[in-house]
Amino acid sequence: MRYEVRLSGSGGQGLILIGIILAEAAGIYDGKNVVQTQSYGPEARGGASKSEVIISDGTIYYPKATQLDLLLSMTQKSCDEYYLDLKKDGMLIVDSTLVHQVPTNQAFGIPFTHLAKEELGKPFVANIIAIGAIARISGIVKEASLTEAVLKRVPPWSADLNKKALQIGMAEGKKAAAKISG
Amino acid sequence: MAENKTRLLQGNEAIVEGAIAAGCRFFAGYPITPATEIAEGMSVKLPIVDGTFVQMEDEIGSMGAIIGASLAGVKSMTATSGPGFSLMQENLGFACISEVPCVIANIMRGGPSTGLPTNTAQGDVMQMRWGTHGDHPIIVLCPYSVEECFSVTLKAFNLSERYRVPVIITTDEVVAHMREKITLPPASSLEIIDRVRPNVPPDWFIPFEDNSLGVPPMSVFGDGYRYHVTGLVHDVRGFPTSKPDEVDGLIRRLHRKIDKGQGYIQEGEHFLTDDAEVVILAYGSIGRTAKQAAILARENGQKVGVFRPITLWPFMRKAVVDILKNVRAVIVPEMNMGQYSREVKRVDQGYARIITLNKVNGQVITPEEILKKLKEVY
Repeated sequence: MRYEVRLSGSGGQGLILIGIILAEAAGIYDGKNVVQTQSYGPEARGGASKSEVIISDGTIYYPKATQLDLLLSMTQKSCDEYYLDLKKDGMLIVDSTLVHQVPTNQAFGIPFTHLAKEELGKPFVANIIAIGAIARISGIVKEASLTEAVLKRVPPWSADLNKKALQIGMAEGKKAAAKISG
Repeated sequence: MAENKTRLLQGNEAIVEGAIAAGCRFFAGYPITPATEIAEGMSVKLPIVDGTFVQMEDEIGSMGAIIGASLAGVKSMTATSGPGFSLMQENLGFACISEVPCVIANIMRGGPSTGLPTNTAQGDVMQMRWGTHGDHPIIVLCPYSVEECFSVTLKAFNLSERYRVPVIITTDEVVAHMREKITLPPASSLEIIDRVRPNVPPDWFIPFEDNSLGVPPMSVFGDGYRYHVTGLVHDVRGFPTSKPDEVDGLIRRLHRKIDKGQGYIQEGEHFLTDDAEVVILAYGSIGRTAKQAAILARENGQKVGVFRPITLWPFMRKAVVDILKNVRAVIVPEMNMGQYSREVKRVDQGYARIITLNKVNGQVITPEEILKKLKEVY
């Protein structure tokens, strides 16, 4: 089984970081094979940015995602650009704070940036909320593994903040999933 | 020890680990995407092992610094990408003629010039072969995975010490920035080669005297063995000469030591080639695409294999000719306009059909693109 994830948005949203975290959780803690790649522009902030994670039980040769099982879009532009790369039953998860036109009613819309700002006062943890939601919705990675991987990659002072962000993400993921299946 | 734990590392980080394991204790460089992580990693790791890291003013100085450090007896490396690699060419030639071991990582991005800083390409294949002027042999190694970034870096240092030559490691942006799981082997399991040092009394030392390997022993600058280092063609004592016999002797020895070592230097991977009717010849990240394509093709009943040179230069002529003699066609996909396929055509002699697949838009070649090319054969 080859599972392809693309995390897309703009530079500065922390998409490469959550790609690394997802790969580390699935690869090191869950023991699967993983390859993480990235693609970004020359700008430090702004400009298109994406990070891809392939998770598989078998050997992974081709390292890029072409037929997505899961697409996270944190900007309207990335949603428009990559939606067609999703498999027929692939999952679309968008930051509904920034993505207003969703191409399907089957998308999971969660206001990651809004939640980060309002609930935690730190807009930059929107990415961690998103990866929490992804874990809950897709089940592609064990939630305990994800928590460990997050705490390993973020600075120690922010451990509590990031744990809260993950919890918010998982709770919101559960709500969004209930809405779709209901 | 932490080194036995499985970790998620980037290609560039694995190059750092390989260099440290090989005994590299000096790095001089200038940051450039997509090679910067090598300098970053070295700046953290080298001080821990009593090594030296210098951020230089540019790539010309970086190359000069690693040559100087190596002459002083320290295994040295630098890392860069196309624009910086261009600046290194002059001093790279100096390392060739003065036979100074050193390792250069050239992480390819789109060019020419500043080009496409954050995108992938394989446009430096010929520059790595012929970028510095004059008739010189060169060793270029091209890993395709994080694990191989480690082992190939180790090999690069070993070859450079064994043959007293600069060795280039090259990856493209995809392999450099890609993260995979890797379990670093214990240090005791690794073969580490060090340059041979003179064992004659200093007065008897003839610094560039030929021997059966063609590799003269190398003394550490300052340890009592006097010798002269120059970019000019020199005699066996290191002093400039233009006597035809001495010039010929030096240039031919520089080539002979690499020619004789080809069996040791050259390394390639055969994947599903035993019964293959068509072989995809690919290197670097495209080696990964090629393997995926071969697996998919076999699901369609097409007998496709992959040959992946890890040693890009010297060109693996014998291995490639062996393949050409046994297949209908060889497909050469690469992220340039056909730099390596030209070499394959050069040795083909009509054995098999050569099909090129060239992509120069900053994106990696996909398995589907190779499968489409396969339709020209099937």
